[in-house]
Amino acid sequence: MSDSKAIFLKDATVNAADGDQRAFINKALGGYYTNRDLQKARYRDWERARDAASMAKWSAVNDLANVLEKFVGNFERNGGVVHWARDAEEARTIILKIAEDVKAKAIVKSKCMTTEEIHLNDALEKAGYGVVESDLGEFIQQLRGEAPYHFVFPCMHVKREAISALFTKHLGTAPTDSPEELTMIARRHLRQLYIDADIGITGANFLVAETGQISITENEGNARLTAALPRIHIALSGIEKVVNHLDDLSVLLPMLATAGAGQPMTCYNTLYSGPRKKGECDGPEEFHLVLMDNARTRILADPEQRDSLHCIRCGACLNVCPIFKNIGGLAYGTTYQGPIGSVITPHLRGLKQWNHLSGASSLCGACTDACPVRIDLHHHLLHNRRNAAKQSPTLFDLAFHHGFTFVIKRPWLFALGGRIFRATLPLLQKLPLPYMGAWMKTRDLPKAPAQSFRDQWKNQNV
Amino acid sequence: MSDARSDIFARIREALKVKAPKPHLKGDGAAGKTSTVAKPWLPDGGETAEDSLTILAEQLAKLKAVLIRVPDHASAAKAVAELSASKNWKKVAYHGHDLLRPVVAALTCETWEADTSFDKQRLEGCDAGITTCESIVAQLGSILVSSASSGGRALSILPHVHVVVAESSQIVPDLGAALALAKARHGDQMPSMLSFITGPSRTGDIERILVLGAHGPKELYLILIG
Ligand code: SF4
Repeated sequence: MSDSKAIFLKDATVNAADGDQRAFINKALGGYYTNRDLQKARYRDWERARDAASMAKWSAVNDLANVLEKFVGNFERNGGVVHWARDAEEARTIILKIAEDVKAKAIVKSKCMTTEEIHLNDALEKAGYGVVESDLGEFIQQLRGEAPYHFVFPCMHVKREAISALFTKHLGTAPTDSPEELTMIARRHLRQLYIDADIGITGANFLVAETGQISITENEGNARLTAALPRIHIALSGIEKVVNHLDDLSVLLPMLATAGAGQPMTCYNTLYSGPRKKGECDGPEEFHLVLMDNARTRILADPEQRDSLHCIRCGACLNVCPIFKNIGGLAYGTTYQGPIGSVITPHLRGLKQWNHLSGASSLCGACTDACPVRIDLHHHLLHNRRNAAKQSPTLFDLAFHHGFTFVIKRPWLFALGGRIFRATLPLLQKLPLPYMGAWMKTRDLPKAPAQSFRDQWKNQNV
Repeated sequence: MSDARSDIFARIREALKVKAPKPHLKGDGAAGKTSTVAKPWLPDGGETAEDSLTILAEQLAKLKAVLIRVPDHASAAKAVAELSASKNWKKVAYHGHDLLRPVVAALTCETWEADTSFDKQRLEGCDAGITTCESIVAQLGSILVSSASSGGRALSILPHVHVVVAESSQIVPDLGAALALAKARHGDQMPSMLSFITGPSRTGDIERILVLGAHGPKELYLILIG
């Protein structure tokens, strides 16, 4: 068993038994379900909107070389600087080099899962830079020293009392149980930090090839401030974030907000096309964009699962997933949690160590239904399972597969086996069966019918 | 060693040698042929100007943004002056624009044309920022500001209150129309920032409970002339 699997099984078991925490998560998501349904009802045809959204992403991803090239040409013409990173290490090196070149002291960041993916904060801190997460949820998680619980709602599992205690400890503020007051504490604390920072680091939700702009979606205004006040702006993005046309955003932006957060539109959707232009009064002097592969081309090379690169990271699949809701986001041990995380993590970090996530699914298909860009999520979980069994089958897989094939090809053996199985079922219930322990702990074996189906069929005298 | 850029492009080209099937579409596929065609499946933005205004007012109310409709420029100035007095604003920053100068002239507090210099600390000390906008999206209640129409990037996000003064002719039905207008207006000289603002800054990060004014403005006013 891989380490990551052992940790996963342990954490998942503990969390699933924590009724309080599960109730808390369910309550937190309750408002989302209502708002999402209200907003979806405003769409005159949600399914056709999903068609358009998935086609917008499909056409860009399946023509990635050309679209990316066009984007980069336009981005550079707008005065931005593009850097290429094959993997996480290269991306970190590039960003550290920029920080060194501009003699940065303080860095402010807005929420960006791609920077979580490459553990950028650790690298920057090790190099001696102060880095502050400015998104409220990320700020809280940074103070807690914990990874985000959900890639859209990073601290949704933390109760207000814990946040109040955290702020008292780190910021010296008086305890309060009001979410409003807690938010204002963070607001006051972060304001001066934006002003003092030399570098602002953001992610990107979309890269628009037609105009060379990057689009950033957020609710709080922290990304706006991060890209407005510091003298250097660095954005980190996966290469799969491109779309062809500016107009694609007229579909993708509202759907991202509605699917993921039950909003008509996220509060700030901002397009940046370069550093401060001539005649503009503010904005950064330099705008760097780091375009990173980090295993995305590996997913691209798998036509069956290529559509998982369409993901716009809305979080809808997490919000509806029975597994996510029961085991919580931290148990996954991944940057991307929930169904999409279970699909792509094996590609990013290795199928052998991460395939267990694809097993943690009821295959109910709620994720696929929720996905605004029609990623075939629950089938991809099956694809991962199949690929893992092919790539490195366990002894059990092999024995079971060959045994089953042998028996099913011989009807007499199948019938005999069935008879023996029916006769011994009551006995099996009491025996400690190899491999079956975890299954049997919470389940009874069914009662054996007196006759097999084939006998019943034979005996009905038609 | 080859450089990262050509390596990545080589990997992409190699990967795309095998074609992937199109997504399973539910509609007739017309929706897939994107770009500037009408999108009668998205939320409605109104057929007529009157419809659009009704939808806009509904959306803004739900977003907890305040819409103040005034008949003419003089009453816009009066509305902002009243707002300033009732909220007791001491310092107000504004974008130097013909639509705004008479508005600001009617204020009794300290005012500052933010475009003239970039002074973050001074801007942070302002109670409100007053800007114009590029367009207003009825469909979603979004206001499109830009570094050109809003005195740069910071004026519409750093002060605690944001006031937008606009003419009702700036309302467009939907997001697609707003993007098309921006493209037509700026061509390949887009302002370095274009931002759709949809209600006052907000967060739900603490127990998914909505709080306004996370980092950006806590209050958003749209003064709509005509
Ligand atoms: S897979 Fe689909 S539902 Fe899940 S986060 Fe990505 S876009 Fe949203």
